[in-house]
Amino acid sequence: MTLAAHDIRWSAARRMIVDGVTLRAEPGRILGLIGPNGSGKSSLLRLLCRLRKVESGVVTLDDRDLATVPRRDLAKRLAFVEQQASTEVQLSVCDVVKLGRTPHRGALASWSDVDEAAVEAALERVDMAARHDQLWHTLSGGERQRVHIARALAQEPRELILDEPTNHLDIQHQLSILALLRRLGVTCILALHDLNLASLFCDEIAVLHEGKVVASGAPPDVLTEDLIARVFGVAVSIRAGASGRRHIEYLIDPPEPGVVTAPPRPALKNTHGG
Amino acid sequence: MSHAPIEPNWAARVAIALAVLLALVTAITLAVTIGEMQIPLSTAFQALGNGMFDLGYPVSAIQQGVIFDYRLSRALLAALCGGTLALSGAILQALLRNPLAEPYILGISAGASTGAVAVMILGFGGAVLTISGGAFIGAVVALLVVAALATGAGGSSDRVILAGVAGSQLFNAATATIVTTLANAEQARGVMFWLLGNFGGVRWPDVWVATPVALICFGVCMLHAKVLDAFAFGADAAASLGVAVTRVRIVLFATTAVMTATMVSIVGTVGFVGLVIPHAARFLVGPAHARLLPACLVIGAIFMILADILSRILVPQQILPIGVVTALFGAPAFALILYRARRAT
Repeated sequence: MTLAAHDIRWSAARRMIVDGVTLRAEPGRILGLIGPNGSGKSSLLRLLCRLRKVESGVVTLDDRDLATVPRRDLAKRLAFVEQQASTEVQLSVCDVVKLGRTPHRGALASWSDVDEAAVEAALERVDMAARHDQLWHTLSGGERQRVHIARALAQEPRELILDEPTNHLDIQHQLSILALLRRLGVTCILALHDLNLASLFCDEIAVLHEGKVVASGAPPDVLTEDLIARVFGVAVSIRAGASGRRHIEYLIDPPEPGVVTAPPRPALKNTHGG
Repeated sequence: MSHAPIEPNWAARVAIALAVLLALVTAITLAVTIGEMQIPLSTAFQALGNGMFDLGYPVSAIQQGVIFDYRLSRALLAALCGGTLALSGAILQALLRNPLAEPYILGISAGASTGAVAVMILGFGGAVLTISGGAFIGAVVALLVVAALATGAGGSSDRVILAGVAGSQLFNAATATIVTTLANAEQARGVMFWLLGNFGGVRWPDVWVATPVALICFGVCMLHAKVLDAFAFGADAAASLGVAVTRVRIVLFATTAVMTATMVSIVGTVGFVGLVIPHAARFLVGPAHARLLPACLVIGAIFMILADILSRILVPQQILPIGVVTALFGAPAFALILYRARRAT
């Protein structure tokens, strides 16, 4: 058992952003949330890690209501990686990862060997141990995201929640971040923009549309030409890719005019968070 | 930035603490011996001995008064004032994630002076504590107004500073209105001089008020040192690390309001100390608050004592308001930080 949402709702400025979502993460597996901009992915993730309070419904962690878990216990269990979190403070890579030990240390506790070991192990797992002393500002986008994941791992969580961890990264770094998440063996819930990457790396996919889950399950079952046309408003052709996973090809000139309800988007990549 | 060993050894720590203490004592000694009235160093030490331990050295009553009641109390208060304002600046910069945040720029000092002036002129009694109380209420109101303005304007880093500018103007106007409409000429002159920052009227009772405030507030800040580190990537990041963001914000904003209000009610508004000192301290000890906060306290204290000495000797036969001296250093530093922040983004 791990993290699950039961019919949760959340609104902002009198608009329903998350509208009755039910979903369940499976231990050690990767659950991908996809959906167009504004479909409620980021808000849903924030509800799942209790950065926002659900208005109705309940989020459970091991069948326990998330709202009743003490703050620090929650941070030792569940870690969150924001999209593009940055800072003006002059921190080194190791300083950033050390922040992950915050929930494990009391107000007056000094830095312990256990803390040090957790930080070193986390840096090792994301392949950044050699950058230990490098300044945060001098890192590339992909490296920063790795350090954020290391910071999250230093919390020693069993669940990792990531909001578009591949946003603004070049394709090589997108692939390496997602491959890293697969290697970790931690339960992951992440929002993704790229449908092919979701198909390649996720064990389960939930499709969000206007705050509701419109489909969920294994990628081949969920990612159909019909559903993508309906939710994203683009025409696609889906076939088996070289990796054995489904490959989604975007069609600029739809073969049957009229199938597409919305004008096709010029580019796949969206730069704004959903 | 070099990566220092995680736990520096005890000998090094003791050495640093001793060096810092020595610098502080040296600054206080300078403050006690430098002044308009030429008093030999030996006489100064004798007067200090008389005042603190009743040693009974033969020192004239005037010299005794000048050294002990006037210069020493003034130096100690300058130290407390500089230390707490620097501390406030460091806290505000961390919570608001803004390198330009400090009580003066955010209008908290202006709010505190409005509150203090309201009590002084409208007259709810003249005791120090009531003026401090008025200053505290003014500081909290200013903080709330600026926070509401900043949130309403989008809440970004720059908006907070703009909201602070608007808040400062608003409260300075309120102060001016109270002074011009309700104060007599004598009161008005006194208030205007006090507003620019002035250690001239400081006596021992002020030190006895400021000392516990400074120590308790420093303690509260130190208890939150690790939590402040967790704010480096923003409030959501801190919350996901298990920090009770709302409670921490309330406690620490209230603490800065108490420190600022206490100092404003005693010496008036002194700007830029809270801005410059945290940056200097970060340069020396790095960004971790467990070291940064004590460094701010001590460096702020030393800086303010030296600034006060300067205010007394810069223009012969005249004492500059302390706020003018700190602004002479602070305004260029503000420009430098602004310039560097622009380059960094």
